[in-house]
Amino acid sequence: MKAALDLPVCCDEAPPAGSPRDCAVLKVNHLSLTFPGEREGLRAVEDLTFELREQEFVCVLGPSGSGKSTLVRVLAGLLRPTSGSVHFAPLRGEGRPPRVGVVFQQANLMPWRTVVENITLPLELQGVPLEAARQQAAEMVELIGLQGFEDTWPRDLSGGMAQRVALARALVQDPDLLLLDEPFGALDALTRERMGGELLRLWQARQKTVLMVTHSISEALLLSDRVLVLTARPGRLALDLTVNLPRPRDEEMRYTAPFGELARRLRAAIV
Amino acid sequence: MKPAALEPLTLNAVRLLRRHGHWLLLVSLLAALAAWQILVTLAKLPAFILPSPVQVAARFWAALTDGSLLRHTFYTLSEVIAGLLAGSLLATLLGYGLARSHTLERLLSPYLVASQAIPIVAVAPLLVIWFGPGMFSKVLICALIVFFPVLVNTVVGLRAVPDNLRDLMRAMRATRLQTLRHLEIPAALPVFLGGLRIGATLSVIGAVVGEFVGSDRGLGFLINVARGQYDTALVFAAIFTLIVLALALYGLVILLELRLLRYQHAPRPEAPR
Ligand SMILES: Nc1ncnc2c1ncn2[C@@H]1O[C@H](COP(=O)(O)OP(=O)(O)OP(=O)(O)O)[C@@H](O)[C@H]1O
Ligand SMILES: [Mg+2]
Repeated sequence: MKAALDLPVCCDEAPPAGSPRDCAVLKVNHLSLTFPGEREGLRAVEDLTFELREQEFVCVLGPSGSGKSTLVRVLAGLLRPTSGSVHFAPLRGEGRPPRVGVVFQQANLMPWRTVVENITLPLELQGVPLEAARQQAAEMVELIGLQGFEDTWPRDLSGGMAQRVALARALVQDPDLLLLDEPFGALDALTRERMGGELLRLWQARQKTVLMVTHSISEALLLSDRVLVLTARPGRLALDLTVNLPRPRDEEMRYTAPFGELARRLRAAIV
Repeated sequence: MKPAALEPLTLNAVRLLRRHGHWLLLVSLLAALAAWQILVTLAKLPAFILPSPVQVAARFWAALTDGSLLRHTFYTLSEVIAGLLAGSLLATLLGYGLARSHTLERLLSPYLVASQAIPIVAVAPLLVIWFGPGMFSKVLICALIVFFPVLVNTVVGLRAVPDNLRDLMRAMRATRLQTLRHLEIPAALPVFLGGLRIGATLSVIGAVVGEFVGSDRGLGFLINVARGQYDTALVFAAIFTLIVLALALYGLVILLELRLLRYQHAPRPEAPR
């Protein structure tokens, strides 16, 4: 299946390397997806329109079954929209197709590959020589703090460690967009909080555009620049909320008035 | 007695076996040989009915030193290995096709299932008539008998590739060939190797069946001739050689598994954090 992710629309020209881009890197236009089924089929997402700006961290909230995973799978090129479009802005430099890094709820590591080999996989697929790939993977291992576990098999990792490896695997190919579908959903609350901080650190170090699905309002407010709220089935855009809390943010912020006000608005929007 | 009370006992036996496994094996082998020798002596059985272990050993040694046993063994081994390779290669290719295409599966599966109902012993004479008493017909019989278990395990292995790993490969824009190499082959390997392990022992049976039907060489032929001459000790010597052959092949596949599936068998490191 050919991915529907290649038409430039937003910026007409790629900016010179190094200069920031003050416009969308990704534009989603009237996106709808209906799963075929009896009678009219199952409308998973409907008429979604939004943009992602460069280096923006956007969270998606919504009740279960509101099409959050479906949206991620469309953006990742795993599902073709029924109507509407997804456009990436032209990339700096050469005309390569946009790269998208995905992390799912499960780490999905290849059990026959060690930690380092799992991280080098996307590079190998792109034809990067193994030596160079290993070098880059070693840097990522350091970034996620798993030094000493390079040659460990996935079965010997804890859930949090495995998820960090999945994050490293998504980041190592220097993706234009990082998609996270409840990446910490399977982790316990404490690990989850730590991983949130870790993710912020990675995001700041790597300057990525991130779209992350989560079920937690406070997680969304602590991490993101913007929160998109989807309605229950079919998933439509209920709210596009800018999170203007100062950074760096920490757990203490939960108890401030602006945080509480934003949380209240989000909770009201999630039916 | 409650089963719970039995447990420490079995555990103890297992622990004993673990620690002194090779010694226990030796003891049990010696005991079996002794029982055999005693049976022959007490029952005064003639050697053409049941030779004593000493007679079998002597015959084995004689056949070994005059080179005939090695010659026949080598011949049979060649058939077994050629048949195993050819059969599993074809089964793997067809298995990949069947796993990929439901049309192909629906088209071929009636024949594949039916072919399993035909006993190989019944087809072997036909193959010898068609392809002569030489090595080729034996290789064909081995390949035939190896084919099915390897085919089934290839299909089962490929079908069991997790969907979420397939999605992952697609999200990384992997080509079909890359998906085959980096996902499907390694994911299907454990089940596939299980099929190969069964195939390896079946292949030995195939070769002997073929040689029984019509051949002038090989361990099956040797058994046939020795039987005709009431040289029962030689029959035993050939059978033991076949057992060793089958075990060696089985062990070889297990070694291959240990090597290729290190991620399942490697000892766990000191409990990671
Ligand atoms: N492959 C599919 N075929 C048919 N229907 C599907 C498929 N995938 C998802 N759906 C349906 O689409 C709707 C949206 O599912 P989706 O997984 O996107 O929801 P979600 O917002 O991610 O939910 P959750 O928060 O529970 O993960 C659900 O009703 C689901 O049953
Ligand atoms: Mg989901």
